[in-house]
Amino acid sequence: MTNLLRHRLFWPLAILALLLLGNLAFTPGFFSIQLRDGHLYGSLIDILRLSAPLVLVALGMTVVIATGGIDLSVGAVVAIAGALACLRISEQDNQQSVSVVLLAVGLALLGSLLLGLWNGFLVAAVGIQPIIATLILMVAGRGIAQLITGGQIITITSDPYRLIGAGYWLTLPFSVLIAVVVTAIAVTLTRRTALGLLIEAVGGNPRASRLAGIRSRRLIVSAYVFCGLCAGVAGLMISSNVSSADGNNAGLLIELDAILAVVIGGTALAGGRFSIAGTVLGAVIIKTLDTTIYTIGITPETTLLFKAVVVIVLCLAQSPAFRNRVFARRRHPDPPAPTASAPKLEVPA
Amino acid sequence: MIDLGETKTGTSTAGAALPRLLDARRRYLPVLATLALLALMYGLGAVNYEGFSDTQVLLNVLIDNAFLLVVAVGMTFVILTGGIDLSVGAVVALTTMISASLLEQRGWPPGVVLPLVLLIGAAFGFAMGCVIHFFEIQPFIATLAGMFLARGLCYVISTDSIPITDGFWTTMAQSKLRAGGFFVSTSVLIALVVVLGAAYVLAYTRLGRDVYAVGGSPQSALLMGLPVGRTRIAVYTISGFCSALGGVLLSFYMLSGYGLHATGLELDAIAAVVIGGTLLTGGSGYLFGTVLGVLVLGLIQTIITFQGNLSSWWTKIVIGVLLAAFILLQRAVSRRAS
Repeated sequence: MTNLLRHRLFWPLAILALLLLGNLAFTPGFFSIQLRDGHLYGSLIDILRLSAPLVLVALGMTVVIATGGIDLSVGAVVAIAGALACLRISEQDNQQSVSVVLLAVGLALLGSLLLGLWNGFLVAAVGIQPIIATLILMVAGRGIAQLITGGQIITITSDPYRLIGAGYWLTLPFSVLIAVVVTAIAVTLTRRTALGLLIEAVGGNPRASRLAGIRSRRLIVSAYVFCGLCAGVAGLMISSNVSSADGNNAGLLIELDAILAVVIGGTALAGGRFSIAGTVLGAVIIKTLDTTIYTIGITPETTLLFKAVVVIVLCLAQSPAFRNRVFARRRHPDPPAPTASAPKLEVPA
Repeated sequence: MIDLGETKTGTSTAGAALPRLLDARRRYLPVLATLALLALMYGLGAVNYEGFSDTQVLLNVLIDNAFLLVVAVGMTFVILTGGIDLSVGAVVALTTMISASLLEQRGWPPGVVLPLVLLIGAAFGFAMGCVIHFFEIQPFIATLAGMFLARGLCYVISTDSIPITDGFWTTMAQSKLRAGGFFVSTSVLIALVVVLGAAYVLAYTRLGRDVYAVGGSPQSALLMGLPVGRTRIAVYTISGFCSALGGVLLSFYMLSGYGLHATGLELDAIAAVVIGGTLLTGGSGYLFGTVLGVLVLGLIQTIITFQGNLSSWWTKIVIGVLLAAFILLQRAVSRRAS
């Protein structure tokens, strides 16, 4: 029992379960999933579909944070990737052609790869603090996205492109499948090879790891490139879902949601330790929270207030200084109780 | 032998004097670079566009950016200690929202509302400073939570824009200080008073010295017996106060309260401070540079307006490019110094 409580994913799972049960109280058919026209329908599927872009962005963010960095530019990359793909498709005569869409997707991914490379270059080669290095692209990126779209919202009518964000494949939303595949790749790379260990070593202490023979610069650059690519795929999903590219609003504030998802998942912001499963859970929790607020009928803008409370509580819970101050002080004036009795008391309750 | 030794010391002192002189100059290099950039931009504008060299154009830059100037002053304090404050834009919006709501919906007198919103802003900053100092949470995350909180509170008050029709506010919005055919708004005067006050605090008071010391090296400052915690909390309180005052100035300018006011203002403020030559790692920089930084941002917008065929998103791209250039310059300067 105590082992279960101590598991890193216990609290994120508990929060998610609580949120889902809360939804059931408001919408009776919340858990029902139906098969209609060969597609699965239901609130749970919707939540997964809405979570897919955030899961991707948060995955990239997890790897970057694990190296001790942070990437503020993901929102801008989302906007740029969507803009590049939609512009390319809108310029072609036959928007239904699969090769046109594939080329556009390739172009967008190449663009986001280069943007990730730029961030990684600033952080690893020039040695600028990650917050500041990625701030540059965060400021300029929206301008670049607007430049690509010409300040307009580019609307396209391509069905193959629509599949990425709004389509279904094997009864499941295609975007969810993409998210699952990318997550699987990330898990395989970081947990089945030594890569994860190396990333954690670099995040824990970049100098020490370099002295120990790890090519930390190359690893850091790859982390930002991976993050850029993930943001690019998320950008494709978001623009494909609405069949249009909006340079100004696509992926707005998604960097904050992604950081929040990473923190909820139990990854330390200081770097050196990360949990991919936790991040995926975190992203799903955030989207469930959004959905809950919609269904209960509170104004959606107040989600920010809930998120603020969540960030504060989580950061305080992670902070050793907070634990020492709050819990150590309380213990001292109390009559000295045997330390072993505390967990025993919790078990019956 | 003695002669040789003497010449040796002689050359070494002469050799050391030159780098020392250069080192002293190097401290001003980023500010001088900003000044040169500003002069270049103004020169290019004056040559290319008719009417650009009119003094009123420059004054208009100040009028349009008075609130940004005040917010950037607070941000300068925070960045000088090596921190960052992402909540400023949200606090500005919250201030306009609370002012508008109390004035228009509750009918409170401006004499009560004005001090109250400034107090709320300062208290907000104080709370974030306490969280950062006592619980050792990164400034980035603590102020991010503050940003969510302040924007969320805006929407709790109202999701719509609330127009302000209060007499004092409209008087402040319309009042102009004229001198020799030129004019500025009262907000500009307030902003300049804030700048001068803050520059005095940074240059001549104990708090100012502590701010530079904490930014230079928190450990050394602590070992020297400087009140690191108090200083850190103080700068976030100052930033919160400045954001609230900036919010008041913005509500004079806009005559409305709205939760979407000042989105992205935190980025503009950080950009102004960085372009003004303040090191993001803390410990080095001048308030005068921040004023120049705000003027640079304002002039970019003015040039784009005068050019006519460029769209507003170019502002973001140019700011991003300048930000990159100045950060790289900072990096080069600080690397050579160390």
